[in-house]
Amino acid sequence: MTQSVVVQVGQCGNQIGCCFWDLALREHAAVNQKGIYDEAISSFFRNVDTRVVGDGGSISKGKICSLKARAVLIDMEEGVVNEILQGPLRDVFDMNQLITDISGSGNNWAVGHKVFGSLYQDQLLEKLRKSAEHCDCLQCFFIIHSMGGGTGSGLGTFLLKMLEDEFPEVYRFVTSIYPSCEDDVITSPYNSILAMKELNEHADCVLPIDNQSLFDIISKIDLMVNSGKLGTTVKPKSLVTSSSGALKKCHKKPFDAMNNIVANLLLNLTSSARFEGSLNMDLNEISMNLVPFPQLHYLVSSLTPLYTLADVNIPPRRLDQMFSDAFSKDHQLLQADPKHSLYLACALMVRGNVQISDLRRNIERLKPSLQFVSWNQEGWKTSLCSIPPVGHSHSLLALANNTCVKPTFMELKERFMRLYKKKAHLHHYLQVEGMEESCFTEAVSSLSALIQEYNQLDATKNVPVQDLPRLSIAVSLTLPCQCSGVISAHCNLHCLGSSDSSASASQLLFSLVTLLDIPIPHVLEQAVHFVACTRHFFFQVFQ
Amino acid sequence: MSIVTVQLGQCGNQIGFEVFDALLRDSHSFQGLCSKRENEAYQTSCKERFFSEEESGVPIARAVLVDMEPKVINQTLSKAAQSGRWKYGQHACFCQKQGSGNNWAYGYSVHGPRHEESIMNLIQKEVEKCDSFSGFFIIMSMAGGTGSGLGAFVTQNLQDQYPNSLKMNQIIWPYGTGEVIVQNYNSVLTLSHLYRSSDALLVHENDAVHKICAKLMNIKQISFSDINQVLAHQLGSVFQPTYSAESSFHYRRNPLGIDWQVRPPLSGLPPLGKMSLSKDLHFNTSIANLVILRGKDVQSADVEGFKDPALYTSWLEPVHAFNVWKTQRAFSKYEKSAVLVSNSQFLVKPLDMIVKKAWNMFASKAYIHQYTKCGIEEEDFLDSFTLLEQVIASYCNL
Repeated sequence: MTQSVVVQVGQCGNQIGCCFWDLALREHAAVNQKGIYDEAISSFFRNVDTRVVGDGGSISKGKICSLKARAVLIDMEEGVVNEILQGPLRDVFDMNQLITDISGSGNNWAVGHKVFGSLYQDQLLEKLRKSAEHCDCLQCFFIIHSMGGGTGSGLGTFLLKMLEDEFPEVYRFVTSIYPSCEDDVITSPYNSILAMKELNEHADCVLPIDNQSLFDIISKIDLMVNSGKLGTTVKPKSLVTSSSGALKKCHKKPFDAMNNIVANLLLNLTSSARFEGSLNMDLNEISMNLVPFPQLHYLVSSLTPLYTLADVNIPPRRLDQMFSDAFSKDHQLLQADPKHSLYLACALMVRGNVQISDLRRNIERLKPSLQFVSWNQEGWKTSLCSIPPVGHSHSLLALANNTCVKPTFMELKERFMRLYKKKAHLHHYLQVEGMEESCFTEAVSSLSALIQEYNQLDATKNVPVQDLPRLSIAVSLTLPCQCSGVISAHCNLHCLGSSDSSASASQLLFSLVTLLDIPIPHVLEQAVHFVACTRHFFFQVFQ
Repeated sequence: MSIVTVQLGQCGNQIGFEVFDALLRDSHSFQGLCSKRENEAYQTSCKERFFSEEESGVPIARAVLVDMEPKVINQTLSKAAQSGRWKYGQHACFCQKQGSGNNWAYGYSVHGPRHEESIMNLIQKEVEKCDSFSGFFIIMSMAGGTGSGLGAFVTQNLQDQYPNSLKMNQIIWPYGTGEVIVQNYNSVLTLSHLYRSSDALLVHENDAVHKICAKLMNIKQISFSDINQVLAHQLGSVFQPTYSAESSFHYRRNPLGIDWQVRPPLSGLPPLGKMSLSKDLHFNTSIANLVILRGKDVQSADVEGFKDPALYTSWLEPVHAFNVWKTQRAFSKYEKSAVLVSNSQFLVKPLDMIVKKAWNMFASKAYIHQYTKCGIEEEDFLDSFTLLEQVIASYCNL
């Protein structure tokens, strides 16, 4: 089994990260009754003998001694990290895993990226290498940050490039909190756009989330809990917003409830990789299935259920409701409308007592109302994990690669342009060493190009799907060559082929070309070149 | 006449477990509705075919378990051990940590060469344990990364290393509506490679087995366990020993040595129906049909219907294309059972569907970068498409 390292950057990143570790411990405590350090726990935690000083304390098997999170905590202000280290989770973190500073980034991407980036480059590298060394087989870095500020946005994305260079084989999954319209940081559009360019280029997969959606989910839950409907009581641990049963006893901050939602997202995302099930889905499969083109790697997530009622017997109708909910806007972590946009790919990650027939039935039921891109009409990736989350009997995480992210990006771009046209606050950025106006213009073009890709896909939306012409084979191809003017050329081509497989393909292409009535070059020494040309031509014909 | 089974990936390992379990349960916990002597001969043959003996007396499956991540193998090993009736060999598994990520190219080009030696050594050891080795049974799925990619690689190696042994691949055809988004690519690549190195491909479609569970067996909430058990039952009824009057050891006919007698590989064979000789036959043209009957009144069963020339292609006489094996010893508590193993046009429609979908996706170049970064180029895809179109055309022309 593989391990993952969580890199939490900035105030937002660390607060979410803290909730994540809290809930992760709770989940593993619920599953692992005997207290044995097993492979599932090892994916996020090290087992350490705290009596041993220095580095030699790792224990790979046996009873759990002391669990240490595989995490690196980075913040250019001390407030949040200090609080974590004084809170109930202090023992979960290693003192050597922290990088802090005092002055903060002042909500300035340039300060986070350029100034602190170069200042802390070596330290960052060292901490990351250390955490990687503690892993048997490191598969993934989870980066958690916000886009609108300075540290999370600037330093967080600086890290991405570093991770790509230093650990090219390890996946980079980024959980990014996008600023909402009423964001109180004036320069958040600048920070976000500058960060987007880095996400475009260096992240494998991005899960964009916005505060407004999280807030709406909380409101919905509050309404449910406080509505006082007769006979409806909610299991406290089941609230997707709650940390009941975890170490942190109460919601100290208004953001805790929201952060717990994101923490649950990450737990559900990795559940099939950590726990057993009848159809496993590892983290490398997420990227493989949901990213059809390298630049289109933004995934909209939705979580259900948000809570469980205290009913013991849940009839199958409830199960189907869970699937329907996953496709409703109320359960999404981003303000977007996937149902009216185009799906490129969709993953359904189910946990708990759900079987393949339930999954199939619901896919059949929901498919007609969703629009998939022409070349991926049945583009579903599914997984079944046997272990449900704490407080639930089953749950579903849906990840969609859908053009519905486009409006979010377009709006961000508009807000950026409004500021940039007036050159508002630009001097704060330009006075940082290494920053020039070209950084801004490049960032905007990167985003524009991305939006354009989504536009092109959207243009195919209501066009009826047509099957493309297939390779036409004459069965006589399998018969030995006959001698005629054209076919003998075909035989010669066969001999010139460098390997069997290329020869057979070239045979076919040659015949195709003949069928299509294209003049054949006389000089057969150019045959190899000719084959290369026909392949190119071949692609054009069928596109 | 021993068979060595190679179980690859999550699917292969989950099914492999059910197969061995079904085989042993049929063999041991059932009298067979025949004479004691017959039953004992059957049991001995089954045991020798699929299991080897250990001092403790617990039969050990003749199997090599391969997966690129540990969860499923661990589960499989413990389930077998828990049954108490049989188990897997202690050192019969090969496992890695990271999985193939549903990437055929990763399974074939990266894991394959990297772990070639270890895997082939394990297989070699298993083969050496057999007194009389008859061939390989490779269980894999087409949709994922390990079963499909590594499976294709291993089959190729088996072809090179054991050119005179038979290789039969049990491949699982994925659900039409996605289990894995790139399943059509993986399937196309798998089939085209297996075509060149396997002797026979035994096909089971998830959709078809699912329908059996839903309609024939009335299971409400169908799990993969249910599906795998149905599969195992079908495979068991094909592979259990069959009575052959010719040889002195009556139950030694080699199930892998079925007279395929037809053109080169890609025989897509779906075992159909059980329980009765009802008209499960599609009017696809067949090249070869094998009926295996087990149980009561087997000698008097009428199989004339299978010899109808309308079922066969024009260039074959039914007498050359049809075979029937009759065994008195019943299978798995069914008084009478029948299995049809058929090499016919049945496969054309599903194959065509997969090729069509994969082709549409290929034209847009979606996901190709995931394959090229592991060494599978667009040419490789083209070659695979070419080969499969030829197969489809050949079958259509029967």
